[in-house]
Amino acid sequence: MTAEQPLIELQGVRKVYSTGRLEVEALRGIDLDVHRNEYVAIVGPSGSGKSTLMNILGCLDTPSAGRYTLGGETVGGLDRNRLAEIRNRHIGFVFQNFNLLPYASALENVELPLLFAGVSARERHERAAAMLERVDLANRMDHKPTELSGGQMQRVAIARALVNRPTILLADEPTGNLDSASGKAIVSLFEELHAAGQTIVLITHDAGIARLANRVVRVQDGTIVEDVRAAA
Amino acid sequence: MKTLLAELRLVLRLFQADVTHNRKRIALTVIAIGWGTLSIVMLLSFGEGLRRSFYTNTRGMGVGIAVVWPGATTRPWAGLPAGRNIQFTDEDAELLAARIPEIDGVSREYATRRGVTVGEKTINARVRGVDARFGAMRNITPQAGGRFLNERDIEEKRRVVVLGDELAQDLFGSQDVVGRTVQIQQSTFTVVGVAIPKTMMGMYSGPDKGQATIPATTYKSMWTDHKMSNLIYRPLTPELGDQAKAQIYRILGGRYRFDPDDLRALGVWDTRRNQQITDNIALGIQMFLGLIGALTLFVGGMGVANIMYAVVQERTREIGLKMALGAKARQVMAPFVVEALMMTAMGGLLGTFVSLTIITGIGLIPVQDDALAFLGKPTFSLPIAAATALILGSVGALAGFFPARHAAAVQPAVSLRYE
Ligand SMILES: Nc1ncnc2c1ncn2[C@@H]1O[C@H](COP(=O)(O)OP(=O)(O)OP(=O)(O)O)[C@@H](O)[C@H]1O
Ligand SMILES: [Mg+2]
Repeated sequence: MTAEQPLIELQGVRKVYSTGRLEVEALRGIDLDVHRNEYVAIVGPSGSGKSTLMNILGCLDTPSAGRYTLGGETVGGLDRNRLAEIRNRHIGFVFQNFNLLPYASALENVELPLLFAGVSARERHERAAAMLERVDLANRMDHKPTELSGGQMQRVAIARALVNRPTILLADEPTGNLDSASGKAIVSLFEELHAAGQTIVLITHDAGIARLANRVVRVQDGTIVEDVRAAA
Repeated sequence: MKTLLAELRLVLRLFQADVTHNRKRIALTVIAIGWGTLSIVMLLSFGEGLRRSFYTNTRGMGVGIAVVWPGATTRPWAGLPAGRNIQFTDEDAELLAARIPEIDGVSREYATRRGVTVGEKTINARVRGVDARFGAMRNITPQAGGRFLNERDIEEKRRVVVLGDELAQDLFGSQDVVGRTVQIQQSTFTVVGVAIPKTMMGMYSGPDKGQATIPATTYKSMWTDHKMSNLIYRPLTPELGDQAKAQIYRILGGRYRFDPDDLRALGVWDTRRNQQITDNIALGIQMFLGLIGALTLFVGGMGVANIMYAVVQERTREIGLKMALGAKARQVMAPFVVEALMMTAMGGLLGTFVSLTIITGIGLIPVQDDALAFLGKPTFSLPIAAATALILGSVGALAGFFPARHAAAVQPAVSLRYE
């Protein structure tokens, strides 16, 4: 595993937010490697910089300093359209609040990344439908988000994140808005995905969930204070 | 643009969502665009009617003709003093026609006011003696069943007359009077034709509708003392007008011994100039009207842009999400542009429909009114449709583009922050 080139390489990554007079240093020099098929949980207190880290990993934001290499390509300095392409091909996002389009059906929501990738309508349809089956929502494809439960919405979101076969699945508190039963279902889905070879980076407050990952990274005040790999 | 097409369904759904959300605001904006379209179509159509009627009316006196009056010399020339009056003779007309190749035709015109009588009724009208070609040159068209003067009328000094439509109406109470007779100073004339009504924007010695036209030869035989009023001629092409005019000065100058550069010796009115100027003025008016219409439409476009900005604001989270899922700038922008275009198109259709209804309605009013004959009826045309569509399209595209650019500048990380 160590001989292989890491999928994600962060070197001395800093992120400074300037809000008027105030400057907040959300990340203060992060070094982190994530390899293929790792299942990493990022934990830490509120405001420690977890979401900021995830935004940078997901190319939604760029570091103020330091170097980020994703699959061998240095992300810094790329233009917006190239970043969009990277997000489309390599990143699947799952958010705490699902972020589904309310006026679109489950199927259409899942089709979105394929739409942006320029995939033909038929293939889009087939792949999105297959993905919804994969998350046990074959019978809810034409439902609008408002007609789904929280757990179902999050599964739609996961199907959407996976439909373009991303290199990394990034999830920020995916169970934060769910009751414990639905949350457990999501977590076991993640385990299945990981077992099938999916690389996952998961942010969570829940120590029980973090324990299921094969590596736990603890962030505090914008730095990594602990990085523990579970004995396999 | 494959993705744009694919996303159209989504855009339509979005538009539907917007409409239900902002029903009132969108309705008002569509009406504003409709109003702008209405004004641009109406103003352009009005301008088109005006232009066409100006075009016809400036040619009411004849197309591209010139009128020459005898004047008085202002310079001494060839030993003769200044201040001599020039007078035309019948030979002048023949000479000019024969010697100037740039001229298509010449007609004499003798004229004075005379009493024209039918029964008890006498009207003091301008009676003119002219040549046969005068009718075609001066755009005097006979009504059905009648004719203008012909060569034989001239040769045989016939007592025949062509009446202006108004003069016929006033004398007989009817315009269907071919074959009837009128008295012109104790002589009996047979009416051979009545001119069709026309509007004249340029004229000398009054409109044609009130005049009686007889052969020049007849005229001269009746009133021997009388001098020729003027000649009319038509240059072969409008471009030859200046050359023809110079030739006339040269030939008549040689004949009457005046300096060909003594412009006051003759009065020449080249109507081609007026026609060009009027054509340009009419075109200018139409463009000005179109500009006002375009500005009105522009204001409507601001309304659309305004709504689209608000929509972008409302959808920043959704925009951020699409970006996170890999939407490129144009994929983020396209829906907003399409949505603005849809709103503009709806307003445009509305406005065009109302305009065409109004234009058709005005078209049904019979033209009797002089003002309507002068200004013309609003006329819709293909270029107007094209211009309106072009302006609508650009207004819609701009009204969508700027808000869309705003959308493409959304920071996904910021817009997706959990609140
Ligand atoms: N866009 C921003 N502008 C200014 N400050 C920001 C911005 N985003 C985050 N911050 C600040 O950066 C720090 C880290 O925020 P971040 O959202 O990464 O924390 P977090 O670990 O995800 O917290 P939580 O567990 O509550 O989600 C916080 O102090 C936050 O206020
Ligand atoms: Mg967070």
